[in-house]
Amino acid sequence: MAETVHFDLVSPERRLVSADVTEVSIPGAEGDLTAMASHSPLITTLRPGLVKSVGADGEAEYVVTGGFAEIDGETVSVLAERAIPRDEITQEQFKELVDEAKAKLSKAQETFVNEPGPVDDAAKLLSDMVAMGTHIGLYTD
Amino acid sequence: MPSLKDLKNRIESVKSTRKITKAMQMVAAAKLRRAQDAAEMSRPYTEKFNAVMGKLAASVGDSDSAPRLLRGTGSDDVQLLVVMTAERGLCGGFNANIAKKARAEAQKLLAEGKTVKIMTVGKKGRDALKRDLGDHFIHHVDLSEVKNVGYADAQAIASDILARFDAEEFDVAKIFYAKFENVVSQIPTMQQVIPFQVDEAAAEEADEAGVVYDYEPDEEAILADLLPRGVATAIFSALLENGASEQGARMSAMDNATRNAGEMIDKLTIEYNRSRQAVITNELIEIISGAEAL
Repeated sequence: MAETVHFDLVSPERRLVSADVTEVSIPGAEGDLTAMASHSPLITTLRPGLVKSVGADGEAEYVVTGGFAEIDGETVSVLAERAIPRDEITQEQFKELVDEAKAKLSKAQETFVNEPGPVDDAAKLLSDMVAMGTHIGLYTD
Repeated sequence: MPSLKDLKNRIESVKSTRKITKAMQMVAAAKLRRAQDAAEMSRPYTEKFNAVMGKLAASVGDSDSAPRLLRGTGSDDVQLLVVMTAERGLCGGFNANIAKKARAEAQKLLAEGKTVKIMTVGKKGRDALKRDLGDHFIHHVDLSEVKNVGYADAQAIASDILARFDAEEFDVAKIFYAKFENVVSQIPTMQQVIPFQVDEAAAEEADEAGVVYDYEPDEEAILADLLPRGVATAIFSALLENGASEQGARMSAMDNATRNAGEMIDKLTIEYNRSRQAVITNELIEIISGAEAL
């Protein structure tokens, strides 16, 4: 039996998962990472993507839109702004997320005319969202 | 002395009032359960969030490079009070207590010569403060169309507050809401959200645990990302606490009203029976004295 870590996935509105799993893949802001037992302590922010856990009960995937994750040797806590199980997300919900990201981008372009920083951030958010949508087969233009 | 007919009408009307208050109490009880569940569900997130924030804020400290949301603007001259109340009345002292707390704070700040700006969430608080402090209102958030408060609502309020902070409209922001203790007691609470106040207990715990975290991206970038979320989280949990408190307050207010109506019905029924008896006795006396006179 492989060693396990305790995995919590919480959003402000509910706790989605609290279980012992063998590994958790997280879409970190600076690249994807997989946390297993005795991972070194780490706090990272998330980009929109899929959180995937592998445990004794099989695999489970969740769509997250951002937030952060705290990893220490024994627990992995993912605090997502919004988290939806991959099987439950609908085309409409996803479209809403993309529209929100698009709105954020156009707003950033209006407010920060000569500062590329926030505009780039918003553009990256949108492209991450789109990439995730393409990956799970929901993105249609 | 009211006539029999009047008394009868009176009893009927109190009875129908009792029916209404009883129904309202039961509705509030059902809603309270849902509101409490919602508050319960959000707790793991809030706790975890505050713990991580405590760790981060403690390690960044008050260095000059710390984000403004943590460090503050360096002054506290302009204060924003966000007063969160219910959209509906008939819930005992709930709205009045929050308004009272906010008014006391506003008057204290004004006496100290500070500038006070007020943002209201919920119609009742706005109405209660309009007379004394109407000049200080800068914004109102209407939640009357919202059935179940979601994180998105809190986010909308938070982003409005943050936009104002970025535009340097104020230095310190405080939120007012009622903390849900139990059905009979809701505590009006003031909480400072900007600059962010570090949860001392969480920070100390982190120190004791002695775990050294890696940060990706670096601490300050994470902090800059998390602080705005912290405002939204604080507002979200305040909204949920408020939701539970409102229903709790309404439930106990309506329970009292129902009991009072019951007492009133008993009293009126006794009065009704007495006057009916008096009328009968009077009629008998008239008949008997009429017969004697013959």
